[in-house]
Amino acid sequence: MSAIMREKITRSEIRHVAKLARLELQEEEERLMTDQMNNILSYMDKLNELDTSAVAPTTHAIRLQNVFRKDQVEPSLEREEVLANAPQSDGASFVVPKVF
Amino acid sequence: MEIFSLTMHDLHELLVRRELSVTEAVRSFLERIQTFNGKLNAYLTVLAEQALQEADRFDNGKKDLTESPLAGVPLAIKDVLCTRGIRTSCGSRILQQFVPPFDATAVEALHRAGAIFLGKTNMDEFAMGSSNENSAYGPCRNPWDLERVPGGSSGGSAAAVAADLCAGALGTDTGGSIRQPASFCGVVGLKPTYGRVSRFGLVAFASSLDQIGPITKDVEDAAILLQAVAGYDRRDSTSVDRPVPDYREALRTPIEGLKLGIPQEYFIDGMNPDVVQAVQRAIQTCRDLGAEIVDLSLPHTDYGVAAYYIIAPAEASSNLARYDGVKYGFRVPDAKDLMDMYCQSRVNGFGFEVKRRIMLGTYALSAGYYDAYYRKASQVRSLIKQDFLAAFEKCDALLAPVSPVPAFKIGEKSDDPLQMYLSDVFTLPASLAGVPGISVPCGFTAEQLPVGLQILGPHFQEELILRVAFHYEQATRDQRPKPAVL
Repeated sequence: MSAIMREKITRSEIRHVAKLARLELQEEEERLMTDQMNNILSYMDKLNELDTSAVAPTTHAIRLQNVFRKDQVEPSLEREEVLANAPQSDGASFVVPKVF
Repeated sequence: MEIFSLTMHDLHELLVRRELSVTEAVRSFLERIQTFNGKLNAYLTVLAEQALQEADRFDNGKKDLTESPLAGVPLAIKDVLCTRGIRTSCGSRILQQFVPPFDATAVEALHRAGAIFLGKTNMDEFAMGSSNENSAYGPCRNPWDLERVPGGSSGGSAAAVAADLCAGALGTDTGGSIRQPASFCGVVGLKPTYGRVSRFGLVAFASSLDQIGPITKDVEDAAILLQAVAGYDRRDSTSVDRPVPDYREALRTPIEGLKLGIPQEYFIDGMNPDVVQAVQRAIQTCRDLGAEIVDLSLPHTDYGVAAYYIIAPAEASSNLARYDGVKYGFRVPDAKDLMDMYCQSRVNGFGFEVKRRIMLGTYALSAGYYDAYYRKASQVRSLIKQDFLAAFEKCDALLAPVSPVPAFKIGEKSDDPLQMYLSDVFTLPASLAGVPGISVPCGFTAEQLPVGLQILGPHFQEELILRVAFHYEQATRDQRPKPAVL
């Protein structure tokens, strides 16, 4: 066996994941991210020491079911207040750059 | 004793007896902040004018001091909790200009109880970190040694309480972010059961783990502050609708006859020996108080770090998708199209730790890796939760260290994220299991750095861990020095 650890995630996979996450990493950030994620993901292998084939996953520690409320119109924030934090608005809507 | 050193309950008593005006109390803290915040960087925003106006309403008789034990008491709020009309940055550049149009439910509850807000405290960006070094506004420093971290992510709240820059504070805990800084700064910090306190208005990091809780100068204060924020809230569908006990009243019952478990997995190689010694002395004190000490095992403890650092980043990658430069937050100027605007705003608005967690989470949830990482981690989470449920069949509460090491040096771990993550080994399992935990000071290392005792209890048994902490504290209270560095 080679002493070199198999790469968990390659540079091009990092680029793909960054795209999914809407992050455009700079060259140097991409290199550091690749190294660190390989290191962290190798540590995660530890979980494979456990046989969990018969274990149900837990997504919330306190289980709640069917939290319903009535479908009623209630007062909400004023439009002006909501738009106050927008990087760009026309007073009625959020304004964004062209889509394509 | 100086005004700013008083516990919340002692301060409130003086206010009610009119031995002190609320304005005097507020001024005492504001002066202290003025003198020391430059060194500590505990506050990101100080609300001097607003605090004095609020104080005046009490002193003019427009508001009643006897209505609640928080009336007129000056507090600090972690900058991850939305405050109407007051910038809420989350320690991030992306929210540098964000002024929420509403209050978090916990903030609203404190307002209603008459608390006065001194300001918003420093934190790791989006509560991601164990040292407060990930703040976009510079690290907060530990009042016991300015070269060291206060812990994280609620570092600013813990440092502010320890350095007497407030009477008490709110923090938030996702994987230890209340307990660990409380232990590093020598103050009390409580993470409630998941669902005990509403998360409405708490800027989300990992929604199945995040909880709001008190950071205070003593255990009675923690009980008072928890009392004010605990309870059901229809605006948070994960908050649990069950009665809130009288926490302060619960402190009275002695701990004689309680069974306290010592999990062997919380005493491991590589720990600071002074930490081990301090915790062992604390265990002996509990035995002297009449508790029965039983050794037991939480066998999956060692898998907590791996499970947590998949689950929390997975949830974060989803939660932080909302920062897209459209509705609020930072947007780069001159983007060539919408996609470019998303990518550039995010890459420039987030710090590297946040980007790393978004990347880890996105990867763990992506097609082909979901089962190997996210599903696997969620299954291990079941095993960790099961460990606690089984342990609480054999004992009433658990005693353990909060962290294997005391406060470390600024820069010591910041280049090695995995080492930083591993330092959370003793706080993560309780977070994954959703059980409540409290950190209470239990002595010092040879270098005069505070050590915390962690007391963990079954779901919704906050009154029990508060009670154990209170009696331990009463037995050791005279051994509490204040940070000398100030």
